[in-house]
Amino acid sequence: MSCWTTLHDYGLRSIGYGERLLPKSDFTLCDQFVLIGSGLIWNLYFGILALFFGFFLATAVGLGKSAKSAWVRMPSQFFIFVFRGSPLFIQFFLFYEAFVLLPKMGVTIPLGFTEINLETRWLTRAWLGALIVLVLNTAAYSGEIFYGALKSIPKGEIEAADAYGLSGWKRFRRIIWPTMMRLAWPAYTNEAIFMLHATTLVFFASFPAWRQSGDALYYASYFADKTFNPFIPYPIFAMYFILITLTITFVFGRINRHLNRHLPQELRPKMRLRPQIMR
Amino acid sequence: MFSFCSDPSTLEGGKWLACYLTTGKHMAFYQSFGTVLGLLFVTAPVALLFGFLGAMAARSHFTPMRWLGRIYMAVVRGVPDIAFFLFFVIALDQGIEWLRHKALCPDWTEPVRQGNDFVVCPAAKMPLSSAPQWIHDTYSFSLAVFTFAIVFGAFAANVLFGAMRAVPRPQMETAEAYGMSHRQAFWRIMVPQMWVFALPGLSNLWMILIKATPLLFLLGIKDIVYYAKELGGYKTQAFAYPHPDWRVFYFLGLLVFYLLFTKASQIVLDKIMRRLTHGQATLGASFDKEVTA
Repeated sequence: MSCWTTLHDYGLRSIGYGERLLPKSDFTLCDQFVLIGSGLIWNLYFGILALFFGFFLATAVGLGKSAKSAWVRMPSQFFIFVFRGSPLFIQFFLFYEAFVLLPKMGVTIPLGFTEINLETRWLTRAWLGALIVLVLNTAAYSGEIFYGALKSIPKGEIEAADAYGLSGWKRFRRIIWPTMMRLAWPAYTNEAIFMLHATTLVFFASFPAWRQSGDALYYASYFADKTFNPFIPYPIFAMYFILITLTITFVFGRINRHLNRHLPQELRPKMRLRPQIMR
Repeated sequence: MFSFCSDPSTLEGGKWLACYLTTGKHMAFYQSFGTVLGLLFVTAPVALLFGFLGAMAARSHFTPMRWLGRIYMAVVRGVPDIAFFLFFVIALDQGIEWLRHKALCPDWTEPVRQGNDFVVCPAAKMPLSSAPQWIHDTYSFSLAVFTFAIVFGAFAANVLFGAMRAVPRPQMETAEAYGMSHRQAFWRIMVPQMWVFALPGLSNLWMILIKATPLLFLLGIKDIVYYAKELGGYKTQAFAYPHPDWRVFYFLGLLVFYLLFTKASQIVLDKIMRRLTHGQATLGASFDKEVTA
């Protein structure tokens, strides 16, 4: 079997296309590269969507934490405290068990041209349940980052905005938000990287890999269990993740440059990776 | 535990709960919290040692040594650490068995890797198959500690490396002016001064380490996650204490445990930081607020 057929059979295995059965013996290097790479689709799916939804929630939480009203501030603080103070691994277990207990039912939402059937059993599937946990988790971590950035916006900028007669939404949109992003960006890059690393926990924390469709680490550990040789699948897995980490650093670095384009060269903040793993 | 627990089927309400929560398995569950704390208190110093060695290597004047230190620090940041946990537990085990195999069975001719099997001579098995259960437990626990120490050592190396660079340059120059050698200046001037710069990073690391402890479950150790799953699961009438699926409550308990633990650590670390940076115009003093946030 050539590597092309393997790619054809297993390239999209993790999302349910191609060969049903996983290879059972005589694993070639190609098998391992293709299947682990196929699992990467899940890591990217979780990482990108969680970061996307988490970003908006984080902005809300960050602003909420700095709100004057205690009714807004306390829930935001509590949310951040709970999700940053406990391990993601435990959060996965807790949410999964809670989702399992939900009564099985469906809600139909008419959208005019079509309708969507929402079912509670989807919550026990990784694609939705784990995504929700990841969104909440990353929102808490980035909310804290945004809150810190919000606190360190130079007073002068806000006074200038007031002097120009900007207020409310306009002041937020044009002055506060861009500066907040600029200040938070290096830390947020870090968060994005470790968020993506955290996606590997999904299939090891209760959420079942339905029909053996798992993420990259799921397949890597499958090979390690079957061949009893950890020295091939894990380095392949590591290579993929180093590539992803480099890509994120590059893309976020570009955005960072864009956010700081008005500053003189020597004032631009440098991107620096800081450990913040294992939430 | 209590005298009235002899026949669980007749119990009601509070008494039932009192008996339920003191069964032998629950006692093992409470002890497993000790396992977690034990892991933390053994791992933290070992990881700090690894970190110190890593940072020293990364600063070394001997190029291959420096590369080794830098690579150690860099790789762990680029790869998710669960992968390291899963990898090292098997790799360390196989490495130890292979070394023992080479030492104890020199006349064994068959290859160690046969297809999908890893075969060493019976005398090289680690622990020996005849060993009592507690040796097996201790062995797997030590493997876990070592794995944690390798991963967290890399993070500590990173923090300490930064802290060493944060020690003001004039301090080192003064040391040189006094005629101290590199080694003397390092041990007498840099090492005592770097801790205050390292503390914010190290306290962050301690929090991360606390939150990484449930991963013991993945390393095949009967820790709190294992017991929460086991005890919380649905129990039929065949069991002495039948109950529906209570796992969600057990995990809620674990969540609260971790929240309290991280909160308490935070308070203690803030106190230490305030004391160490009292009246000092260091970076650490300004970190004071950030760590709390």
